[in-house]
Amino acid sequence: MIDSTLAEISRALENRDISSVEITKAYLDRIAQENADLNAFITVTEDLAMAQAEAADKKRSEGSAGAFTGIPIAHKDLFCTNGIRTSCGSKMLDNFIAPYNATVVERFNNAGAVTLGKTNMDEFAMGSSNETSFYGPVKNPWDRSLVPGGSSGGSAAAVAARLCAGATATDTGGSIRQPASFSGITGIKPTYGRVSRWGMVAFASSLDQAGTMTQSAEDAALMLNVMAGMDEKDSTCSTIDTEDYTASLDKPLEGLRIGLPVEHFSEGLSADMEECIRDAVGEYEKLGATVKDIQLPNSHLSVSAYYVIAPAEASANLSRYDGVRYGYRCDNPVDLEDMYKRTRSEGFGTEVKRRIMVGTYALSAGYYDAYYRKAQKIRRLIKNDFQSAFEEVDVIMGPTSPHTAFAIGSQNDDPVTMYLEDIYTIAVNLAGLPGISIPAGFINNLPVGLQIVGKDFAEAQLLNVAHKFQQATDWHKKAPQD
Amino acid sequence: MEWETVIGLEVHVQLSTASKLFSGTSTEFGAEPNTQANIYDLAMPGTLPVLNSEALKMAVKFGLAIDAEIGKTSVFDRKNYFYPDLPKGYQTSQLDFPTVGKGSLVINMEDGTQKTIGVTRAHMEEDAGKSLHEDFHGKSGIDLNRAGTPLLEIVSEPDLRSAKEAVAYLKKLHSIVCYLGISDGDMSQGSMRCDANVSIRPKGSTELGMRTEIKNINSFRFVEKAINIEVERQIDLIEDGGTVTQETRLYDSEKNETRSMRSKEVANDYRYFPEPDLLPVVIDDSFIEAVRKTLPELPDAKRQRFQEQYGLSEYDAMVLSADLDTANYFEEVAAACDDAKLSANWVMGDLQAYLNKEELPITQSMISAEALAGIISRIKDNTISSKIAKTVFESMLAGEGDADSIIESKGLKQVTDTGAIETMVDEVIANNPTQVQQYKDGKEQVIGFFVGQVMKASQGKANPGQVNQMLKEKLSQ
Repeated sequence: MIDSTLAEISRALENRDISSVEITKAYLDRIAQENADLNAFITVTEDLAMAQAEAADKKRSEGSAGAFTGIPIAHKDLFCTNGIRTSCGSKMLDNFIAPYNATVVERFNNAGAVTLGKTNMDEFAMGSSNETSFYGPVKNPWDRSLVPGGSSGGSAAAVAARLCAGATATDTGGSIRQPASFSGITGIKPTYGRVSRWGMVAFASSLDQAGTMTQSAEDAALMLNVMAGMDEKDSTCSTIDTEDYTASLDKPLEGLRIGLPVEHFSEGLSADMEECIRDAVGEYEKLGATVKDIQLPNSHLSVSAYYVIAPAEASANLSRYDGVRYGYRCDNPVDLEDMYKRTRSEGFGTEVKRRIMVGTYALSAGYYDAYYRKAQKIRRLIKNDFQSAFEEVDVIMGPTSPHTAFAIGSQNDDPVTMYLEDIYTIAVNLAGLPGISIPAGFINNLPVGLQIVGKDFAEAQLLNVAHKFQQATDWHKKAPQD
Repeated sequence: MEWETVIGLEVHVQLSTASKLFSGTSTEFGAEPNTQANIYDLAMPGTLPVLNSEALKMAVKFGLAIDAEIGKTSVFDRKNYFYPDLPKGYQTSQLDFPTVGKGSLVINMEDGTQKTIGVTRAHMEEDAGKSLHEDFHGKSGIDLNRAGTPLLEIVSEPDLRSAKEAVAYLKKLHSIVCYLGISDGDMSQGSMRCDANVSIRPKGSTELGMRTEIKNINSFRFVEKAINIEVERQIDLIEDGGTVTQETRLYDSEKNETRSMRSKEVANDYRYFPEPDLLPVVIDDSFIEAVRKTLPELPDAKRQRFQEQYGLSEYDAMVLSADLDTANYFEEVAAACDDAKLSANWVMGDLQAYLNKEELPITQSMISAEALAGIISRIKDNTISSKIAKTVFESMLAGEGDADSIIESKGLKQVTDTGAIETMVDEVIANNPTQVQQYKDGKEQVIGFFVGQVMKASQGKANPGQVNQMLKEKLSQ
């Protein structure tokens, strides 16, 4: 049963084919077996999970269960969980036990979900390989010498290795879609503002967005139904109504207009990858969609703009980790300055410190106009590019990543190489648009992700487009052990 | 050389909202340390700000009161610096798009002159917590109760030309925010704090000299003293061939001197950028008009009305309208006794003297407006003289009851019985033949002597007007 999709488990629970306690135990056993090697979880909340499972079964016997009651999931370790360590993959928060729940966590708890644990991630979500985690790299279940992608590598690996039915994740520049692609699963980053950021440890506030890691688009719709929607605790959360994301999954794709950005099919993309993606697009044509080339002329600027804006925001967001109120504090500081310096030097890892430095520099007097202000202008141009494109097409498709998963330790010499990992995903965050990565084939037995980008708040359409593909293909059904 | 002083003030006004600027925590003053700080105030990871709409209304209210441009789109920014009492490591403030833009207010000098002072802007921001350095044995304590309290920082143009003008400006601001009910304006509790930018230049020059900023001056008196001492310092410095360095200085009220803060503390690059956790605050005309409807009568309008409605002098009207509680008290007295001029004299005179002596606000006066009106009414109907009224006032302060019962129990009723007065007048004339002769010889000021004697004989209870008239009649016979 634990190899089933979240939707299948939901139906099995509903039909009393299985109890929440049974399925939860099965996942906990699998985690106990696999996690020591995969390192997908930072914290496993066994007692909590069993208590929640029992409560869910009780609820079901009382006839008050909902679609999500009793389903075991995992949370990326940057969603605050009341009474449970929320480390954000950092030594800085290794001892931090949040006294509150993130809105996302609260909503899953209220829906009766079972929390199996907290998943590994790049430190403060800064990374594309899950190698910057204080808790060590996560291994890719398809080939354990490879990275699962990042920053939500733990959530991706946990879902791919069937250690949970689904997992929450976040995406600032590609942190859901790229690991979903590397790990052969479905990952959706909703429109900026669709899901509340309250209780989500901030990396870059104007880009961070919570989403899901699941086996299928249908699973993602079920999770999004729980997570999405207005939250008065987050001023940037949208007040636009949500919808039942499962309602339009089966809508025919006849007449769907697909745009392929020429910039995403140019140099840097391997022939294998291009072939794989074009085959997937061909599948859509069979389903009645039309395909045309489109232009996103400013997309080559997106990585540069992102690596000004995101570090700038991060430099301020991470100032609160000063050793004064919670989290790591250095031993025996001689004075205030010594405490600040050593707490932050010792508590943060290299990549986090690099980005704080870059962001601080970009905001400094005399550099602000050249960097931060210019990056904001580029952000506007990129948003405009998408807007123009969406006058001609309904969705935009292309590769999620230029290649498949790479070896652990192979890209650590030059941070810029790592930054280019997100070359196809970053612009979507800058524009605030929803994007999904779905399994679209294999190269040398490693999964390939197809990225589909939609208009603002077109999550239902994206899930419909993804679901129809998954009805016609079985790439998403492949599991690592097969 | 003759020097001209140029001053601009930055005044932080704590807005009297029930909760903080971005969190629901109470802002009440004086609670146990750190009992008024929630997870947002503590900058726990993942917590987010939500703007307090009352604070926004208060800022707009102030803008309308000084006839300022209201920012229909205002933007919050992060001002980055590290300090233990600044939990997020940045202060959320407004840089390029403040809620209140250019405006102005009129200051009134003691000599009756007026001057219009420009206000550059007023922006909303959150207050920091407090660092406590005592009682921690070489360590520092942090109290975050104040962290996140809404402030309105009001920045003036460099239009002020003396310490006295600066004080008049500050008093006017104080008066306006109290009238608007957007702050308690209590400088001793830090509800209103002032930084002064001070420079000097040769009289007649139009260029600004190098300025220094004096930080955190916490009383009207210290504002005047700090500016004067700083101006003196700058003049001495320049006249001795030196130059003024742009720097931040602290005023030490005990030594009455300003001194430089270490450059390390001030050489900050705040790296401002728009706060991504808050959307730009967009307000429309209907919002502004709704706030305008809540505007009370403001100090200048009230002063004008006091002159017109009560026939008060400009000075009296100004003094009585400067403080809202005083103005309300005065109007209550005037309405109850129907004599505005006497009411003004008593409120500004004996009552104010008593309040000053006891250091009490008028709202805590032992003598209510109604009670004071009781005394004035008895003066008006000639039951007591003004002099006796002072005795009644003192007895009232001693808690001896209302005007009528004091007059009754102490037998202070003025003698208006013509027969009784005539007897006393006759007696005084008979006993003082020398003075009678002087009067008859044309030394008319001797009348004062006679009045005094009769008043003395009556123990102050005779009606002085009546005595005066009767004496004149009798002496000219």
